[in-house]
Amino acid sequence: MAERYRADILVSCLHDRAPDLIPNLKAEVIRRGLKDEVRVIEAGCRGFCSMGPVLLVEPNGIFYIGVQPADVPELVEETLVKGRVVERLTYEEPTTHASIAYYEDIPFYSKQERIVLRHCGLINPQSIDEYIAVGGYQALGKALISMTPEEIIDELKRSGLRGRGGAGFPTGRKWEAGRKAEGETKYVLVNGDEGDPNCFMDRALMEADPHSILEGLIIGAYVVGAHQGYIYIPYEHSGSVKSMRTALEQARDYGLLGADILGSGFEFDAELRLGAHSFVGGESTALMHAVEGKVSEPRPKHIHTTEVGIWGRPSCLNNVKTLSIVPEIISRGADWFGGIGTETSKGTQVFSLAGKINNVGLAEVPMGITIRELVFDVGGGIPKGREFKALQIGGPSGGFLPASLLDMPMDYETLADAGSMMGTGGVVILDDRTCVVDTARYFLDFLRDESCGKCTSCREGIRCMLEILTRITEGRGEVADLDTLETLGHVVKSVSLCGLGKTAPNPVLSTLRYFRDEYMAHIEDKKCPGGVCKALIEYYIIEDLCNGCGACRRKCPEAAISGEKKEVHVIDPALCIKCGICFDVCKFDAVGVR
Amino acid sequence: MPKLKSLEELQKLRQQLQGDIKARAETSTTITVGMGTCGIAAGAREVMRAILAELDARGIEAHVTTTGCIGMCSREPLVDIQQGGEARVTYGSVTAVMVPRLIEEHLIQGNVVQDWVIGRVAG
Repeated sequence: MAERYRADILVSCLHDRAPDLIPNLKAEVIRRGLKDEVRVIEAGCRGFCSMGPVLLVEPNGIFYIGVQPADVPELVEETLVKGRVVERLTYEEPTTHASIAYYEDIPFYSKQERIVLRHCGLINPQSIDEYIAVGGYQALGKALISMTPEEIIDELKRSGLRGRGGAGFPTGRKWEAGRKAEGETKYVLVNGDEGDPNCFMDRALMEADPHSILEGLIIGAYVVGAHQGYIYIPYEHSGSVKSMRTALEQARDYGLLGADILGSGFEFDAELRLGAHSFVGGESTALMHAVEGKVSEPRPKHIHTTEVGIWGRPSCLNNVKTLSIVPEIISRGADWFGGIGTETSKGTQVFSLAGKINNVGLAEVPMGITIRELVFDVGGGIPKGREFKALQIGGPSGGFLPASLLDMPMDYETLADAGSMMGTGGVVILDDRTCVVDTARYFLDFLRDESCGKCTSCREGIRCMLEILTRITEGRGEVADLDTLETLGHVVKSVSLCGLGKTAPNPVLSTLRYFRDEYMAHIEDKKCPGGVCKALIEYYIIEDLCNGCGACRRKCPEAAISGEKKEVHVIDPALCIKCGICFDVCKFDAVGVR
Repeated sequence: MPKLKSLEELQKLRQQLQGDIKARAETSTTITVGMGTCGIAAGAREVMRAILAELDARGIEAHVTTTGCIGMCSREPLVDIQQGGEARVTYGSVTAVMVPRLIEEHLIQGNVVQDWVIGRVAG
C-alpha cells in the first residue's frame, strides 16, 4: 500500500545552485518529527531560472523563490508545521511589489499553457511510479490495445502536430513515411542533442519528465513498425543521460520495454547512444552518423532518412518535445490539440527566454502568442525599465525582429516571412544598451566554430562575413560592405548542404533588413548606438548628475577615474579600457556613453 | 518488480500509486489541524497521524494541512473540516479516538458531528 503523506516539498533547481538545500530540508523534516507526514522530493526544472532555487509546497500550492539552506528552519516551522506563508521567500510582482504566495497566481505561470512541460517540477522524474500515478503510459496502452498504426497517424495528422526540433515537419506525415518505408528492420530515434547556445528546454524535459519521451517513442515505434530505438544524447549533458538511463531501466522492469508490451504482442526496446556535443550534431543525418559510430557530419538528403537512415535502414527521428506531446494527443484527442495555437501552427511552443528579460527561464505558451505578450506578460519585461530593441529567435542562426513587430504573432510561417524562424524556440531579448551588429557578430562567431567544414560556402562564407562584421564593429567598415554581406549571405544560404549553412546568414540578413541604420551609424558616423563596440564609444561623466560619491572611482580597474570626495569626477580617456563597470555601478546615471 | 502484462494491470497499479501523490492531486476536502504550540501540547500530532491513517485506510481524497494558534488554546487540538464551498466546521478537543467517527459521519455520510462542533465559518 502506498504511504500517505500530508505534504510534499517539490524542490527544483537541482543543478548545483543550492547543493545543501535538499539535505538540509530532509534533516529539518526529521528533526521536527515530520518525516512520516512530509516528504522532500527532488523534482525537475520549473523553468523560472531567474528566481531559483525554487520549491513548491503541496497541497498548499505555496511557491518559494531564492531559497537558501539558511531559510530551511523558518520554512519548515512556518509552512509545514503552522501552515503559514513565509512572505519574504515569495515572489514579488516587479511593478506593484505585491507578494504572490501561490504558484497559480504568479503571472509567469498563469499565462502559460503547459503540455510538453506538464509534469516538470511536479513529479519525481526518477520514479516511474509517480509518472504512472499521474496517468503515465495510459496513452501507450490505449495506442497498443485499441488503435491501429494508421489510426494513430490519422490522429496526429488531424492534430496538426509539427516537429519541435526546429524544422516543423508534420509528425503524422513523418511517421506515415516511416511506416510505408520498405524494409524488415526499422529504427526509431530520439534527438536529444540540443545545440543552441541559449537553449535548455530539451535537457530540462529529459531531466524532469523522461518517461513522457519514452512513452512517445514506444508509440512511434509501434506506428512505424520498429523494434529497436536509440536515444541520442551528448555525453556532456550528464543530467539528461542519467535521467533517461534510469527511465529505460524502470520501463524495462515493468515490462513497458521488451517483448509483448502490455499484452499487445508488440516488442520494442531502446538504448542510449552518447556522443560528443556539437551544434551540427543535432542535424538528422549527422546524428544518424554519430549513432552509427561515425563522425557526425550531415549528408545530402535527396533520399529521406525515413527510407534510408542508420545502417541504410528506415529510421524515424523525433525531437524529445515532439515525442512528449504524442501521448497527450493520444489521450486527449486531435481536436483538443488542434484547438490550441494558430491555423498552421498547432499546440504550444516552449520558449527559452534569455538576454535582457526579467523572467529568464523556460515558458510554454500557445503558438501564435505575440512578441509583446511573450516578452512583457510572460517574460516580465526588460530589467531596469530599459527599452526593448529586438528579439532574436530560432537559435544562433535565427533572425532579429525589431520593436515595430512587437504585435506580430509567433508561428512557423509568420516568423519565416519576417526573416527569422521558430527553430527550437530559443529567444534572446536585446535592450537599447545592446548592439545588434555586435550580437550578430557573436552568433556568426559561434556558427563559424560549429560549421563542420564540409561545404566551402558555409566554411569560408561564414568566416568572410564574420571578418566584415568584426571590421564594422571596430570602426573600419565601408558602405560597400553591406552589399557584400548581403551577397555572401544569399550564397551561403543557397549553396550549403544542411540546415546550419542554410540558416547561418540569418542573423546578418535580418539585422541588415531591420537595423540598417545601426550598421550605417557604425560605418559612417563611427558610432555604436548601443554603446557596446569598444572602438566606437567613450565613457564620460555627466557633470550635472555626478555628486562625487566615488563609487566609480573605487571600482575602476585601471584607475582611470579621478576626483575629490563630493566633487565631480572625470574619466581619463587615455587610461579607460571601456569595460563599462563605472556605468553599471553609478546609482545616479551620471556616467554617459558617446 | 512484476511485469505489467495488460492495460488492466497498468490501470490497477495506477490506482494504487495515486495514494502516493495525494498531496498534489485536486480535492475539494481540506482538513486543517491546529499545530500551534498549544495544539501540539494538547496532542495534535497524534490526531494528525490518526487522520492520515484513517484517510489512507478508507481511501478518501482529502488534503490535510496545518495551522498555527488561533487563540482558542483551551479547546485544542482543533480540527477544521471544509468541503467544497460549504461552511468550515471546527471541532474542538479532538483526540485520536474521535477521528474514525469524525471521518465516518462528516466525510462519508455528510453529517456534521453536532456533539463536538464548536464553531462554523461561512465558506
